Amino acid sequence: MTHAGKWVARWASALALTLALGLPGTALAVQPDEVLPDPRLEARARVISADLRCLVCQNQSIDDSNAPLARDLRLLVRERLNAGDSDKAVLDFVVQRYGDFVLLRPPVNTATLVLWLAPLLLLIGACALAARHMLIGARSDTAGVDDTPLSAEESRRLEKLLKQKG
Amino acid sequence: MTVEIGHFALILALLVSLVQTIVPAWGARIGEQRLMAVATPAAIATFVLVLISFLMLAEAYVTSDFSVANVWNNSHSAKPFIYRLSGVWGNHEGSLLLWILILVLFGMAVAVFGGYLPASLKANVLSVQGSVALAFLLFIILTSNPFERLDPAPLEGRGLNPILQDPALALHPPLLYAGYVGFSMAFSFAIAALIEGRTDAAWARWVRPWTLAAWMCLTLGIAIGSWWAYYELGWGGWWFWDPVENASFMPWLAGTALLHSAVVMEKRESLKVWTILLAILTFSLSLMGTFLVRSGVLSSVHAFAVDPERGIFILGIMIFFTGGGLALFAARAGALRQGGLFSPISREGALVLNNVLLATATGTVLIGTLYPLALEAVTGAKISVGAPYFNLTFGPLMVPLLLAMPFGSFLGWKRADLKAAGERLLFAAGIALVGAVIALAVVQRGPWAAPLALALGFWVMAGAVSEILFRARFGQAGSAEVMRRMFNLPRSAWGAAWSHFGVGLMVTGIVATTAWQSEKIVALKPGERAEIAGYTLEFRGVQPGRGPNFSEEIGRLVVSRDGQPVTELLPSKRLYDAPRQPTTEAGIHVALSGDLYAILGDAQSDGGHAIRLYFNPLVRFIWLGAVLMFIGGAFSLSDRRLRVGAPRKARKTAAVAAE
Repeated sequence: MTHAGKWVARWASALALTLALGLPGTALAVQPDEVLPDPRLEARARVISADLRCLVCQNQSIDDSNAPLARDLRLLVRERLNAGDSDKAVLDFVVQRYGDFVLLRPPVNTATLVLWLAPLLLLIGACALAARHMLIGARSDTAGVDDTPLSAEESRRLEKLLKQKG
Repeated sequence: MTVEIGHFALILALLVSLVQTIVPAWGARIGEQRLMAVATPAAIATFVLVLISFLMLAEAYVTSDFSVANVWNNSHSAKPFIYRLSGVWGNHEGSLLLWILILVLFGMAVAVFGGYLPASLKANVLSVQGSVALAFLLFIILTSNPFERLDPAPLEGRGLNPILQDPALALHPPLLYAGYVGFSMAFSFAIAALIEGRTDAAWARWVRPWTLAAWMCLTLGIAIGSWWAYYELGWGGWWFWDPVENASFMPWLAGTALLHSAVVMEKRESLKVWTILLAILTFSLSLMGTFLVRSGVLSSVHAFAVDPERGIFILGIMIFFTGGGLALFAARAGALRQGGLFSPISREGALVLNNVLLATATGTVLIGTLYPLALEAVTGAKISVGAPYFNLTFGPLMVPLLLAMPFGSFLGWKRADLKAAGERLLFAAGIALVGAVIALAVVQRGPWAAPLALALGFWVMAGAVSEILFRARFGQAGSAEVMRRMFNLPRSAWGAAWSHFGVGLMVTGIVATTAWQSEKIVALKPGERAEIAGYTLEFRGVQPGRGPNFSEEIGRLVVSRDGQPVTELLPSKRLYDAPRQPTTEAGIHVALSGDLYAILGDAQSDGGHAIRLYFNPLVRFIWLGAVLMFIGGAFSLSDRRLRVGAPRKARKTAAVAAE
């Protein structure tokens, strides 16, 4: 963590320095000169770029980022596409260089199984809890019939009547 | 000198909050009225002291007193007045002070308006509230003192991050904090209820206005943040699933669930235990949001305090309140009696479904946000969990929620008829289908699932309208009668309808702009044209400009449509004087069908300029939807049932019920 922190800090300060010195900064993410002439290839490049993390930014895809490194990666992606790689081959190529960290959509493997299953497990758990609550609630409610159920009901009705009047 | 007064007031507030934490709780325990009564003046005094402290810091900012380290670090004398003022909370220390100010404001509100609360409940609530204030006052005084002096005083400040120099900074953090901190009220009430071992419908009625107010603020705060990012960050996005955004979104989701479960508790005395748990969790998520942002574990643009010491302190606060709250819950929740039998097909059942889905969604966002941190801590492996993950998991969870939403409003309490509800919703379903077909005919391009998603938005909106019409007996009674009935509908019914309509509108905006956004990246020389979404834009070159504390290059784009002039867009690139940072300012033309959005890029070697154009269809609906949710909340809040004083009656009936 501290290592990564330092790394990010170094990059950030390098970037800040670049800007402070008035060197040409990039105010756009994808530059006009990057765009591939073949619109289909370009569209594929954009989709791939949206799934790749800009490594020097926080949680930005290379498609959204102005950072020079993001531009390098965008060019790399387009270069691979031009060379005839499939989408998967491009992603594999980038992952080989930068590791899984570069993927904004983490791959499904043993390390991320919990992550990907979590929503489903949570949903099942929540449903089970709700079902149990309804069943137990039903049981304890019938068990508690003796606890002056009429006055509670009456007061509720009374409240309703009061509400209607006022 | 004024700054020392601020510092002194802050320390005094710490001492008073210590008294507020201990004395009333002790009084409630031994049943001593006079000790309990200490809570009210203590809460008022804490507020006044923190307010003094805040005003002193604000004064230092407004007068650019650079002998104060915090002002020197984050301000500049050339900044316009509004940014000197909002700059007070554009940094870690100042925003923490604002956080505490809002916290004690809520505490004071209970002290002043809570006259109708039973004495011991009020004492316990204010005591818990005091303990939260105590923890954060300790935090600010020990680790983040905004009043530290510099000697000798520098002549000029270092300036505020230019991205923060925006009118939205005046609104976004205060609203967000009001939301976060407002949930502390629900937490305090939950803890007090656990201490007393008693909750009833009246309890839910007391908690609901506070939760609702907090939820409204959070809704608007998040929406303003999203809008701000949209026009300031310069790539036309409105939500990025950034951990910091998630940090505010999780309490919102949990708070939304809480609002709905509190309705069940209030009306039917059911779901008590769950509502209490949800109240604890919602505030815990708010604390976690504060921790994630402040500790620097996320190292994002928002983390202006990358300081592990502070992180550990906040982690301690979070563990204390969450852990303590949950431990108390585990120990005492069994004593709370559940009531209110209901069949799964009922209003209660629908609200349970709402809670199941919202809780799952909250959990999903939580796991997605924390998983990379946990994985790295455990195995050292670094992964990223970004927007694609959340879109894949969170998105599908919203589908059943939106589908079920209109049904919920048409189901009766206890036991209901799904078929009858369906028949009443036929009109809404028809609208949704027709809407989808029209959308398909208009855009005539994929993605083909988008019209279905759009239909979901229409369905929710039409469902909200149907509910009002049905309750007013539209089509059955005469128009005068319908008007009279509409006028007499409870404000809370109007509130729910407005809010639900807002959700539908937001869905429509999200779907349209996600599916059908057009984009064009071009390099234009003066006189050259580009076309997007039926608009023609002619580039007229770039001119230099000068603002109060920045210089800029302003591009001029003349927009026309079918040969008719429409408007001029003036996207610019700014370079701020202090700190020397660039920002991009988008040129945006707002039309009914969507936003035309232009960003000016760098000069190209051939004399042209890079320009990025977007057309974002219906994107305004996203924020408009949030505003409607806020308005709905306001309607609900003004319901006589929730107004101060009205609960008196409820307490009497509750007392009768308990006898």
